[in-house]
Amino acid sequence: MSHITTGHNNIKPNIIKPKIVKPKISRDDWIMRIAMGIIGLFLLIAIILPLYTMLSKSFEDKDATFIGFANYLVFFNTPALFNSIYNSFNIAIISSIIILITSFLYGYALTRTCIPFKMFFKLIALIPLLTPSLLSGISLVYWFGNQGVAKDLLMGSSIYGPIGIIIGSSYWIFPHALMIVITALAITDSRLYEAAESLRTSKIKIFFTVTLPGAKYGLISASFVVFTLAFTDFGVPKVIGGNFNVLATDIYKQVIGQQNFQMGAVVSVVLLLPAILAFWVDRLVQKKQVALLSAKAVILIPKPDKQRDRIFFIFCSIIATIIIAMIGMAQFAALIEFWPYNLSLTLANYDFDLMDGGGWDAFYNSIEMASYSAFFGTIIIFFGAYLTQKSNGFERGRAIFQMIAIIPLAVPGMVLGLSYIFFFNNPDNPFNFIYGTMAILVIATITHFYTVSHLTSITALQQLDKEFESVSESLKAPFYKTFMRVSVPICSPAIMDVAMYIFLNAMTTVSAVVFIYSSDTTLASLAVLNMDDAGDIAPAAAMAMMIAYCCIAARILHMIINHIMAKYFQAWRR
Amino acid sequence: MSGNEYLKIKNIIKKFGDFTALNDVSINVNEGEFICFLGPSGCGKTTLLRAIAGLDIQTHGKIFQAGKDISSLPASERDFGIVFQSYALFPNMTIYKNIAYGLENRKMPKGDIKIRVNELLSTVGLLDQELKYPAQLSGGQQQRVALARAIATNPGLLLLDEPLSALDARVRTHLRHEIKQLQHKLGITTIMVTHDQEEALTMADRIVVMNDGIIEQIGSPIEIYRKPATAFVAGFIGRMNFIDGIVTNDNMVKINDSTNISCQTVGFKIGDKVKIAIRPEDITVIEDNNYSDNAVKLKLDEIEFLGSFFRCDLSGAALNDHIIEADFSINLSRRVELKIGNKIYIRLPESNITLFAAENK
Repeated sequence: MSHITTGHNNIKPNIIKPKIVKPKISRDDWIMRIAMGIIGLFLLIAIILPLYTMLSKSFEDKDATFIGFANYLVFFNTPALFNSIYNSFNIAIISSIIILITSFLYGYALTRTCIPFKMFFKLIALIPLLTPSLLSGISLVYWFGNQGVAKDLLMGSSIYGPIGIIIGSSYWIFPHALMIVITALAITDSRLYEAAESLRTSKIKIFFTVTLPGAKYGLISASFVVFTLAFTDFGVPKVIGGNFNVLATDIYKQVIGQQNFQMGAVVSVVLLLPAILAFWVDRLVQKKQVALLSAKAVILIPKPDKQRDRIFFIFCSIIATIIIAMIGMAQFAALIEFWPYNLSLTLANYDFDLMDGGGWDAFYNSIEMASYSAFFGTIIIFFGAYLTQKSNGFERGRAIFQMIAIIPLAVPGMVLGLSYIFFFNNPDNPFNFIYGTMAILVIATITHFYTVSHLTSITALQQLDKEFESVSESLKAPFYKTFMRVSVPICSPAIMDVAMYIFLNAMTTVSAVVFIYSSDTTLASLAVLNMDDAGDIAPAAAMAMMIAYCCIAARILHMIINHIMAKYFQAWRR
Repeated sequence: MSGNEYLKIKNIIKKFGDFTALNDVSINVNEGEFICFLGPSGCGKTTLLRAIAGLDIQTHGKIFQAGKDISSLPASERDFGIVFQSYALFPNMTIYKNIAYGLENRKMPKGDIKIRVNELLSTVGLLDQELKYPAQLSGGQQQRVALARAIATNPGLLLLDEPLSALDARVRTHLRHEIKQLQHKLGITTIMVTHDQEEALTMADRIVVMNDGIIEQIGSPIEIYRKPATAFVAGFIGRMNFIDGIVTNDNMVKINDSTNISCQTVGFKIGDKVKIAIRPEDITVIEDNNYSDNAVKLKLDEIEFLGSFFRCDLSGAALNDHIIEADFSINLSRRVELKIGNKIYIRLPESNITLFAAENK
């Protein structure tokens, strides 16, 4: 027998490698993976493929032949185009500095001083979020334009150009920065201040050694957000920029004015790169952040300081006055018969059906579009976030999903919209049928605001006990039952916030939709743009105010729903 | 514990990347047995529990439950109830709904669910609390709800992941007793993970002591305490003094030129480096001037009053100035003057000494 065994080559080595256990994939796992695949596919079609198409268009000529960097050479050799880079950077940097300083002081006043009427100041500061950025441009025209009431304050300079863009941008971006600053300043441990004071540190030194370092990451984050918003904004430069070109308006001019789609793609890439760079650097910096706040931190309650409080109160009052003046002027202008010659009040400017721009239908379209976006967007985004957080195994798939989900934040609306033209308007695309419909506007909007909503959902989900899913599995509950009965009810405030965020942004966005609406699906924000373009500035202001009323109504509704839910359905929250 | 083998864990290895969290772990658990996985944090006890539950499936090895190979099954296809340290009670559901959750999934008729939930509520003593929400209960009450939810469907196996460590000391001692009684009454096979040795000693039928991903010893609480298999177990469970020495003769260990300790040296050769292990409560004071049998003269360095006894730090040239701890009763202190600086003769009784090999480095 022995020679038979040795004759064959079946002698095994002494160490037998143990077999790797292959976990059986449960029905739930399959459902979750397929669902994640579907949402992943949505993101692929809604962001990755369009961006890729746009990128490749920038290397093609009008006949879709590959011509390498030829378009880019034209761009960099045409001073009219090339100068826009310089202009955009200039505007973005100056606006960023102004916004960062004012929002920091304002946020400091709200969190670290004892000024009166804090709630009022906070609400006022959030007003710019309720209107399209175009509104600030329109308002500036009435204040400082050729027939403006305060034109003389500019001492001969024109508001149409960099001055107007900087003031307008500062106005509408201010609340974005303020919210980040307030969060950063609100998180602190009062014991740090007590320790510093007991060591007899001067107030100024405490500010530079405790306050500022504590808010460092928030300020860095705010500066990148502010820079990107100012750099890529379209609304303000469009209305008040005059002959002063920036990249975002160049894309519009190339595409709408000259039908030069290839050059539009090139400018888009030039606009996209700094935005992506800023986004990437910010993420790198934020990774270094360590939690400053332990669970046992003692919340800082500011102590009164008469002189400091008085200075900050005056400062906040000035800022609040400016904000009220901006929106107030738009409201006033909307109600005026014929500026500046006949200042009697009228509602004629609200007769949108008499003007070009889409009429009242545009407004209803906006509400419809914003509602669809909020409804479907919230479902898709929250469920997607749930899947990345709570599914089993499939680590690589989840990591890829997470990566794709944060890309939209880096993509300016103009770039996204232009990409959609290239991608969806291609007759060979099986999704071509959505072009020109409400659906493409909804998809563009959901995609444009995907990342912030995704991150909000993730934060809410991470606060849930991570063993809920383990317990339900042991109790043989399918995941969707626990999702509907536990995760969704507990996260309902965050879900409502996401829906609200998408709704407000859908109402006010211009850049993401300006290239892809059709005559049947024109929107209120676009009507503002088009009426302003046509010289109907007062109706444009009126429409912008309609958007503002709608957003305010939505916010009030949101508050009421939250209140009812807290009172009647969430007794368990105590 | 006599009884049928219920759970068989065979050569489990769990790797997280390059890190081996469990290295070839095998245990057999009998039906109705209460087993504790005990060890310091990071020893792999929770990893093992999660592998048994199917929540984090092992890299290699097999698990059989009631004769069935469940090695690769997801948690939803296994038969167990689980209680976590955080309890993971659904905060938006009442106590009643929480306990009924698993029963609903079995498509049990509503009336039967009501009967079963009430039965469970009375078992854990929360009959009048069924309409409250988890946040309205105390930690101990929440713990009981979690327990009721876990056993509602009569699972074959109950897994408890540090169930008591979030509670304060008094409630913990009380619940320890209650859980043990409930387990005994239901006769459910139970595995509890804990880092608290007192919990393990008081509750378990058998303790599995784990360290660095391996099992150091499996045994009854008394075995683990009285006959630790390794120096790690000896040091981890209760207090233990270790004194270095060399085996010089059969049943003789030399500490230094003037001190020799007689003790069982089975399993060691002459010349082996060893550690003499003895518990503080096993050290006695010599009061009858009989200085044979492992008598050592030491100085009292520190005295700590711990209520029912004194814990004393002793040292001296006889033990190479190594400090050992000894527990002396209040009674003894009435006869012998325990005062810092005093020199006393103590005995290391031969029968209470365990020898371990010194770690060779």
